[in-house]
Amino acid sequence: MTTLNSVNTPMTAVSLPQPRKSALDATAEPVWVRWVLIGTALGFLTLFLFVPLVAVFVEALKKGVDVYLAAIVDPDALSAIKLTLMAALVSVPLNVVFGLAAAWAIAKFDFHGKNLVLTLIDLPFSVSPVIVGLIYMLVFGLQGWFGEWLRDHDLKIVFAVPGIVLATVFVTFPFVARELIPLMQAQGQEQEEAARVLGASGWQMFRRVTLPNVKWALLYGVILCNARAMGEFGAVSVVSGHIRGQTNTMPLHIEILYNEYQFAAAFAVASLLAGLALVTMALKYIVERRVKREVRLASENQGISS
Amino acid sequence: MFLSRTLLKRRSVLPGFDLALGFTVLYLCFIVLIPLSAAFLKTFTLTWPEFWDTVTSPRVMASYRLTFGASFVAALANAFFGLIIAWVLVRYEFFGKRFIDALVDLPFALPTAVAGIALTALYASNGWIGQYLALVGLKVSYTPLGVFVALTFIGLPFVVRTLQPVLEDLQKEIEEAAATLGATRWQTFSRVLFPIMMPALLTGFALAFARALGEYGSVIFIAGNMPLVSEITPLLIITKLEQYDYAGATAIAVVLLVVSFVMLLAINMIQAWARKRQGG
Repeated sequence: MTTLNSVNTPMTAVSLPQPRKSALDATAEPVWVRWVLIGTALGFLTLFLFVPLVAVFVEALKKGVDVYLAAIVDPDALSAIKLTLMAALVSVPLNVVFGLAAAWAIAKFDFHGKNLVLTLIDLPFSVSPVIVGLIYMLVFGLQGWFGEWLRDHDLKIVFAVPGIVLATVFVTFPFVARELIPLMQAQGQEQEEAARVLGASGWQMFRRVTLPNVKWALLYGVILCNARAMGEFGAVSVVSGHIRGQTNTMPLHIEILYNEYQFAAAFAVASLLAGLALVTMALKYIVERRVKREVRLASENQGISS
Repeated sequence: MFLSRTLLKRRSVLPGFDLALGFTVLYLCFIVLIPLSAAFLKTFTLTWPEFWDTVTSPRVMASYRLTFGASFVAALANAFFGLIIAWVLVRYEFFGKRFIDALVDLPFALPTAVAGIALTALYASNGWIGQYLALVGLKVSYTPLGVFVALTFIGLPFVVRTLQPVLEDLQKEIEEAAATLGATRWQTFSRVLFPIMMPALLTGFALAFARALGEYGSVIFIAGNMPLVSEITPLLIITKLEQYDYAGATAIAVVLLVVSFVMLLAINMIQAWARKRQGG
């Protein structure tokens, strides 16, 4: 007792911080700090994210359900919805095929120039949407590289549906590949090699081993890709030419209605896209956890086997 | 066959390398690289003085000031609030946390045009938020301040989502060690935790800034687009295009592209630095 005290007393004399009440306190903030931080975070998110989201639906229904429905079944709105769905229906599968091919080459093989390919796949994310539209104008527009040839052959790419699809493919380019590459890298080659040794053909190996292994990551990529494809505005706006009923996608239709001061109608169409965003976020939230767990499990397995 | 013989570092029993890489490179060239090169080739039709005059004309200079200034301040706001949000989401338990966590992705999921009209309506002088700001004489919609609001909206998820995994991986032992050695909670945060989070915070800031530079859809509705006051650089590209001034539009685009590529390089360097620090 006395020896212990004699050790302890000089230490407190050098005025060390007061001993804390529990182990929890030492690595946690005081309660008031916690509440200030939570309050700040919630306040910011409410003001910048939640209120705008609610505002879309409130503004859409401001003039009643009839106006809302009329805005959506309007022929121009319907054709915009159809075009948006079509652009997504073409660009998402294209980028899925690309994503699978790119991920297969990058994750399963070791080759020179891999980092360059990886950087180039990410490139479309750093290009402004407006510039995406511009470069397709430079290639396919009337003054562009293939402009005259296209005109002579009676083909239209910009100011027509193909241009819209191309611009959409560009802006959604990296989504699927980016989700697949880290997972397939973490999974390694052993399972596919085993399939080959057991006599599976390339296609059988892909269908029975690779695809089931990456299905959640693939779905995750598709969800993100689709959301961007349906919502793209800047790039599509440049190449569309804004021909009503023909080359207007939903976001472009919203812009036209808004500029004509038909606010309720603009928000009605916008509410459809906001609904899509809500579905996207819900799906993303569910699928994301699975993908994260799969990547973690795969890298742990690799850690044991290597 | 050619690709696998020349590029592969190790022979592999797995099939499909030539097909997969061949398709990847071809697709990359047709969709991305060849069209992008068109932008650079087009600017060569301008002489140097012509190019310089286009990209430094007063209206364009004003747009750079707005675009870069608003993007920078918005990215700063994102870094500050993003850090708090990421911290709160990882460290604390409170009602509705999972809903809030999912909500952070809204700017990624909500089409920019929808965000643009919603923010404009909210911050207009008769809008839900704008009417209160008007009382203190603050006008947001149709001013440069509106550009800042839209860009803050767009950039938020970048900071939160890059910080979250880093915060989740933090080992409690470090903080316990700091506390044992007599550090106050604030000292632990500023001297121990913050340096660990710094690379991720910087990456998130750079990603938000880079995204804001090129943003168009959410900004044009709220900006009011007054020449010399609230015109962003991407809008000037569109204006030039509508006047059939392709070379002029491309000149401005090339300036923006070069800045974007420098940002991409900077982000990669920050991440490489972060990895090295983590390993060391």
